[in-house]
Amino acid sequence: MATQGPIPEIVDPMIDPRTGEYAVIAPGQTFKSVTQKIAGIVLTSNTPIAWMGGLFLAATVALGVVIAVTWLVLKGVGIWGITIPGAWGFAIINFVWWIGIGHAGTLISAILLLFKQTWRNSINRFAEAMTIFAVVCAGMFPLLHVGRPWLGYWLLPYPNTMNVWPQFRSPLAWDVFAVSTYATISVVFWYIGMIPDLGTLRDRATMPLAKYIYGMLSLGWRGSTRHWIRYESASLLLAGLSTPLVLSVHTTISFDFAVAAMAGWHTTIFPPYFVAGAVYSGFAMVLTLAIPIRKFYHLEDLVTLRHLDNMAKVMLATGSIVGYGYGMEVFMSWYSASHWEFFMMWNRMFGPMGWAYWVLILTNLAIPLTTLWSRKLRVNVGYLFFLSFVVNIGMWFERFVIVVTSLYRDYLPSSWGTYRATKWDYMLFIGTWGLFTTLFLLFARLAPMVPMSEIRMMLPQTKVRPGGADAEVVVQEAL
Amino acid sequence: MPPREGVYGLLAEFNTPSELVHATEMAHRAGYRRMECYTPYPVEEAAEALRFHKTRVPLLCLLGGLAGLTTGALLEIWINVWGYPLNLRAMPLFSWPAFVVPAYEMTILFAGLSAAFGMIALNGLPQLYHPLFNAPNFASGATTDKFFLCLEANDPRFEGAKTREFLEQFSPVSVVEVDH
Repeated sequence: MATQGPIPEIVDPMIDPRTGEYAVIAPGQTFKSVTQKIAGIVLTSNTPIAWMGGLFLAATVALGVVIAVTWLVLKGVGIWGITIPGAWGFAIINFVWWIGIGHAGTLISAILLLFKQTWRNSINRFAEAMTIFAVVCAGMFPLLHVGRPWLGYWLLPYPNTMNVWPQFRSPLAWDVFAVSTYATISVVFWYIGMIPDLGTLRDRATMPLAKYIYGMLSLGWRGSTRHWIRYESASLLLAGLSTPLVLSVHTTISFDFAVAAMAGWHTTIFPPYFVAGAVYSGFAMVLTLAIPIRKFYHLEDLVTLRHLDNMAKVMLATGSIVGYGYGMEVFMSWYSASHWEFFMMWNRMFGPMGWAYWVLILTNLAIPLTTLWSRKLRVNVGYLFFLSFVVNIGMWFERFVIVVTSLYRDYLPSSWGTYRATKWDYMLFIGTWGLFTTLFLLFARLAPMVPMSEIRMMLPQTKVRPGGADAEVVVQEAL
Repeated sequence: MPPREGVYGLLAEFNTPSELVHATEMAHRAGYRRMECYTPYPVEEAAEALRFHKTRVPLLCLLGGLAGLTTGALLEIWINVWGYPLNLRAMPLFSWPAFVVPAYEMTILFAGLSAAFGMIALNGLPQLYHPLFNAPNFASGATTDKFFLCLEANDPRFEGAKTREFLEQFSPVSVVEVDH
């Protein structure tokens, strides 16, 4: 049935005719156009009304955190749905969920940098910002869950009159080190990455206050070559350090579960399966943020369909690892011949909270892993936006299933109970969405969302020809 | 520090990295040493033309990492073996496998902070004032789309008019004299 004829010419200018792939950056960009575009978003004196509205809405939702935490401090963790045996409720679920979301930012900024995946440059900065804001939301939960958050500093090793020290054989003490190191290094990496762009903002700002603030923050960056070489060296080192760090953080979090002798938790597959799940949900969150932002700020030339396609591919790969993890859990609960494991899995699937397991299978495996194989759907912006929500819901349910269904049916039937989250649990959780969105909106308005210096490096004009050819020749040759 | 006065150097502006690298290479061949390129993104070829290869950032990072590892490990061992020994599930007091994670995180923390702040310190930042910021075309170009070569006045080969003539042969957009 195939009709013979000349191959139709590709009309879409975003498709590279040599590879048939979408271009990473739209053709025709120059150093100046990239700079103007990105710096213009920050330096404009016209704040978009939609941004103001969004901030107002997000900040209102974030008030939920203030109210829920105030009431929690006044009344104690009894206002939450946690009981015995279900002592780890929303607090731990949300902690793992939020920190997992953050991991994609580090993956993009560090691991993809080491692998020289230059397409990451466009989405690198806001993915890193997403990491930091997700860690802010995540870190709150274990601190509140300890019951007396004002004594949270007891977690740290410091000389005190009680002569009491942390106990380093517990994964909960490891968590303190893993998460605080992760937060610190993420902030430093993010800030270091921003210094040259802050210099650009300082030089382009017209308002004296903006010039002053960006000038201070840029530390007097002037683009000296010797500075750049040290800067590149430090960036590469930070990427090299962040890579094992991000893997270790979710590994350590999985140890909180895996080290406990609890059916459904005590398994060696947890570290890789947690890390893959973290990256999976994180990329979904990057899509949730990137799709509206590229549309709203007209960044389609810099965050192209190639980025969305590649992110969808990463989700397909990590989602498959997660699927393998689920399969292995089921297989081992049968193959281990452990009565407790077998019962746990049966109860997880068909017990009173079995519905949560099937929501998880539907949203994490059935919908994404069947559709992401299609390139048409991978570059369908609307579908990806929808899917990003589906996967984030799925990953939240994964943590819900792991935490709740293992705990509420433990070894002694006499201690079996149930878990019902209260309105305070919901208020705090939904409040963190507001907090996350508020921080993200402020970031989008006040800091360069796309790293300008890294985008400049991807343009064809950067090619250096011996003897000093002029710009036209270099661009022509590169094309 | 006495206030420095007089000429800081001659600043040549180029439109492309190729022209900049060519001029830098020729300046180095002509014997200029106290010079620097300013670009809106890292241009490795410019660093080669300046013969600037080695940085001490990796060394600082390594030292920081080792310091972090030692601090983390000693802290845990001292606390769990001597400072506050607890008999938990009859585990040995020196149960080193359990100490790996915090010591590892401390290694990364110290190494990362050393790399980041080491880079800033080696670069002499923060330095909010620099003579080049006085050049009229520097601020609008160096962090956007222009490429600069600055031959500094404290180079022994620097002679105002001659050096300007030398720079002009590479057909820069402009050559500006920068004061301290």
